[in-house]
Amino acid sequence: MSDVALARTTAAPLRRLRHDESAALPLVAPIAVLMLLLLVLPTAAMFALSLTDAELGATSIAFIGLDGYREVLADRTFLISAKNTLFYVAVVTPVSVVLGLGFALLIEAGTELRGFFRSAYFLPVVSLITAMATVWQYLMHPVIGPFNLMLGLVGLPPVNWLAGSDTVMWALALIGIWQQTGFDLVLFLAGLGAIDRTLYDAAEIDGAKSAFDRFRLVTWPMLGPTTLFVVTITMINAVKVFETVMTLTQGGPAKASEVLLWTIYQEGFVFLKLGSASAMAAIFVAVLLVLIVLQTRVMDRKVHYG
Amino acid sequence: MSALPIHRGLSPTARIARLVVLGLGAAFVLFPYVWMVATSLKPQAEVFSSGLRLLPEHSAILTNYGKALGRIPMGRVLLNGAVVCAAIVVFQVAFALPAAHALAKLRFRGREVLFGLVILGLLVPIHAVSIPLFAAFRWAGLVNTLAGLVVPFTLSVFAVFLFRQFVKAIPDDLIHAARMDGLSEAAIVRRVILPNAWPAATAFAIFSVVAHWNDLYWPSIVVSRIELATPPLGVLFFRAAEAGDDYGALMAATVVVTAPLVGFFLLAQKAFIEGITMTGLKG
Repeated sequence: MSDVALARTTAAPLRRLRHDESAALPLVAPIAVLMLLLLVLPTAAMFALSLTDAELGATSIAFIGLDGYREVLADRTFLISAKNTLFYVAVVTPVSVVLGLGFALLIEAGTELRGFFRSAYFLPVVSLITAMATVWQYLMHPVIGPFNLMLGLVGLPPVNWLAGSDTVMWALALIGIWQQTGFDLVLFLAGLGAIDRTLYDAAEIDGAKSAFDRFRLVTWPMLGPTTLFVVTITMINAVKVFETVMTLTQGGPAKASEVLLWTIYQEGFVFLKLGSASAMAAIFVAVLLVLIVLQTRVMDRKVHYG
Repeated sequence: MSALPIHRGLSPTARIARLVVLGLGAAFVLFPYVWMVATSLKPQAEVFSSGLRLLPEHSAILTNYGKALGRIPMGRVLLNGAVVCAAIVVFQVAFALPAAHALAKLRFRGREVLFGLVILGLLVPIHAVSIPLFAAFRWAGLVNTLAGLVVPFTLSVFAVFLFRQFVKAIPDDLIHAARMDGLSEAAIVRRVILPNAWPAATAFAIFSVVAHWNDLYWPSIVVSRIELATPPLGVLFFRAAEAGDDYGALMAATVVVTAPLVGFFLLAQKAFIEGITMTGLKG
């Protein structure tokens, strides 16, 4: 046995290298070609287009350098869109993270109906969001929607929900929270499950008597990396809000629910302005990049805790 | 599983409070489903007159679901969704697994470059490349084809990344032994790597199907014909065809397109939740 092991470590490397070279090529060739066609070239083309005034159907195309970006950053619709997306992220992220954590702790705290609650909260994650958005549209119908009927029941005035320019982003955020909370909850449950139980005993010996003490001394610090991770992933998901806007508001009323992906979609595929749509897409990628770098750093910290 | 010791020994009051708070939360989460199903049973007149009453006086289940299935080719829409999702998953795994094996276990020139591209690819969402891709697809005649819905997603750098982590954990000796037995690298991927990476493949498959069954962005760009619509587009087509406020039929249609995935989830809750948790890092 030891002879075989020895032979392997001395004679093998060169032969192995040659073997590996020829063996690897067919294994990685398909993915390499796909990456070139579906990732590298399109990304390069997106950046190239963003430096032009390309429009589908136009006869000429001119290089305008960074002027395209300057125009986009001064464009009223794009600015509204950026502001609305920021609002959406700023509302959906904290609320769904806090609710996800709170419900996860409550589910773990007892034994009754655990499975039922976990599945119930998770249901929106696997539900066709376009379809559920139409249900929400009905729930928020100004006249026959149950939300306004309930408000009427307790004597409150009806709310405009998706139809009012000052309420529409709140209404979309409510749907976003409904969608995201279960996802966050499940990630928190996984984080809670990974906490070493003996830490609680140790904390108790050290005098942590109340449930709050145990939460403050053990659960919260141990859950720190999970929480940071959940926050960034929720932000990334929220920045990508699109389905509900396309299904319910189409950016309206009066651009009050323009969000980044919807604006890019309109610019590129409805107005066919490939140049400025690409500049918007590049800015969008930059925003995502910042969030993902943030997330990676969080992941690194998670490893240190592990 | 025992309860987390943070709240060890809940008092009866605390137990009831827990159930009340969780119950209220669940009621909020489930309310749209309850309302959707209830409305799908109501005749049109009752939708407008019944107020907050949940159950219909006269059931319109046949009318509503008849419209849901007949007004647009709903069977076709569901089939499109299933075919597209299945094709995407199969291609993704078939392309990603061999590459993951090579990246994790073989030494070859260009390995670092390839892995660098994988990481870079994780940062680029479909939304960013959709404009050049659409132009290329128009040129290649892939617009308004099922292939057009599938091709952009046959590459999943995320799958490569996830599977690589799993393959790395497979003992080298296992692979050496297979080579000694005369297996080719392709056979090793099939007979050693795939069985060992099965949990990752299942988790990824669930993640992928959930993502692509729900995706509206790319289908709405590349498909404009109802015969090629996937479920999210089907909902939009149905709503457009249903010009009036026939909420009963609309809710029946939403039940029909939501039910398949929710059904699978209820049958395999553990696998779904583990799959989404394991792939949670994708976002």
